[in-house]
Amino acid sequence: MTQELRTPVPKTPTWRGLRDVGADSPARPVYLSLLALTVFAWILFLTDGGQFFSQVNTVGILQRSAALGIVAVGQTLVILAGSLDLSVAFLISLVSLVAAETMADYGVLPAIGAVLAVSALVGLVNGLVITRLKVHAFIATLGISLIIKGVLDHRYDGPAGSVPESFQRLGYDRIGPVPVSALLWAAIAFAAWFLLRRTPLGYRIYAVGGDPEVARLSGVRTDRVVVAAHVLCALCAGMAGLLLAARLGAGAPTVGSDGGYDLESIAAVVLGGTALAGGRGGVAGTVGGVLLLAVLDSVFNQLEINSFAKDVVRGLVLVAALAIYARRRLAR
Amino acid sequence: MRRTLPIFGVLAVLLVAIAVANPYFLELPGFLAFVKRAAPLAILAAGQYFVIVSGEFDLSVGSLVTAEVVIAARLIDGDPGATWPVIALLLVLGALIGLVNGAVTTLLRVPSFITTLGMMLILAGAVFLWTGGAPRGALTEEFRTFGRGGLGPVPWSVLILLAVVTAVVLLMRADFGRTLVATGDNPGAAALSGVRVPRAKTIAFVLSGLSAAVCAILLGGFAGVSAQVGQGLEFQAITAVVLGGVVLGGGRGSVVAAIAGAFTLEALFTLLNLYGISGALESAVQGVILIAAIALGSLTLPAWAARARTTNATTHTTPDPTHAKG
Repeated sequence: MTQELRTPVPKTPTWRGLRDVGADSPARPVYLSLLALTVFAWILFLTDGGQFFSQVNTVGILQRSAALGIVAVGQTLVILAGSLDLSVAFLISLVSLVAAETMADYGVLPAIGAVLAVSALVGLVNGLVITRLKVHAFIATLGISLIIKGVLDHRYDGPAGSVPESFQRLGYDRIGPVPVSALLWAAIAFAAWFLLRRTPLGYRIYAVGGDPEVARLSGVRTDRVVVAAHVLCALCAGMAGLLLAARLGAGAPTVGSDGGYDLESIAAVVLGGTALAGGRGGVAGTVGGVLLLAVLDSVFNQLEINSFAKDVVRGLVLVAALAIYARRRLAR
Repeated sequence: MRRTLPIFGVLAVLLVAIAVANPYFLELPGFLAFVKRAAPLAILAAGQYFVIVSGEFDLSVGSLVTAEVVIAARLIDGDPGATWPVIALLLVLGALIGLVNGAVTTLLRVPSFITTLGMMLILAGAVFLWTGGAPRGALTEEFRTFGRGGLGPVPWSVLILLAVVTAVVLLMRADFGRTLVATGDNPGAAALSGVRVPRAKTIAFVLSGLSAAVCAILLGGFAGVSAQVGQGLEFQAITAVVLGGVVLGGGRGSVVAAIAGAFTLEALFTLLNLYGISGALESAVQGVILIAAIALGSLTLPAWAARARTTNATTHTTPDPTHAKG
């Protein structure tokens, strides 16, 4: 993390993108595990008489992981900045309702605008509570999510609003074999990667997450960086909410919390090798983490394993992965 | 000490507000009923306090409480003879889960947030895998006595709470308490001065697991068997501890204030009920209070106010070395 500070501008930008799969990258183990798991899944599907790389299965994996993937990209930004966002789950629910209700009355574009405005506002409040009021990110975002939950419980009993056919296509359409939702995820992930690796804000996010005091002494306005990271994270959650609204055809007050997007996105981020304390990791690892969880799910489905057993294995995978990462860091 | 004072002020205000709305609260049975309701969360908060003050998190207590209640119902299954062995088993299981949390966090160096998040998934999944999706069996009257019954007019849960409070206060005043606070404040410095940091943290997790077991015994009696009994309790316990002025990241705060935080939260729920604010808005109010309380506690006072405060402190009270930290 101190390295980022000393050399804020990469000297050889041409190969820097490859660093994400390089030997010292924290994202490497997750891709190796993903590869191993995919081979395992492929063999398993073959012996079961299925085809892992069939279009139905791969498209299904991508479609199911797109929403979590988008949230996790945003979560990566705040975690890298040394913060954390527990409010994304209820924000997703809120945003799905805002989207569906605005779309029913005013059309698609105003709805997208409203969604982005609401999520940016929530992100801004998160960031300001953390930086100005000096509330620990865990408590601040937990508090905000309780507030959003209260508003949702108070105003909604069930699904509300409706999403026009044209917008529902975002959830299910494909361009060639690739689902639109996966393209949206890829675009957001690429934008976040570009932000982190190519822009001053990206370097500052690493610097602040690595050591806020050192970053401050080096002239980084740390508060602004944290607020910006939270706004971007909330915008990602907002887009995931739009995607889920498109898929459901309506807004639902429990879509975010039922999906467990808060803790699951954090799990995907750390599974991707990003340090929970901040300053170390990246978007590439997170994408790998989300895909790993999705392939794992697909294996469970093929084996027809009870959904409760999935939770057990997910918990074990999470703890085991983090134990291995800690070992690697110690060894170095 | 300064940090712990606000929570007692807030608690006093809330208690007065409850008493104004409902005079029955001032009579002994009314007050004891309130303490009885608050006891499970207070005990859980005491356990969570150890983990938080040592610089860690325990997110697994909510599912641990659910798991313990479901296991108790399944194993006892209405057989009075099984009550005491099962209670012993629950306590052992709680301690064991805490031990695993602690060992994985300290020996394998997994961040406790992830360790206990993983444990939460594992426990929730494992218990329902075992029971096939819905809790089965029944608790005996003997078991439920702890949550419902009492010794004369005093509910058992109040007595258990008193015992727990005494034990944790003594524990925090003993060497272990100082060691634990030092560990949370600066693990490196603590290790250099001879503290066995992994051991201290692991004991904190074991205590948290034990408190979850006791909480489950009380809640099982009080609220009965359900798959939702422990839902969200981990966040409530952390909220209570933080409301008490204990700092996330460790090293600051007192256990009595953490327990007072749990009472404050329960008083808040009671008050919202009394004033007819629906359960729906309850969580919103909880969120606002949570942020406001922490923000007020951490805001730096203007220079003149801070000066007035320090002169007051030095002239009117003698600094108490045991609370210098808090």
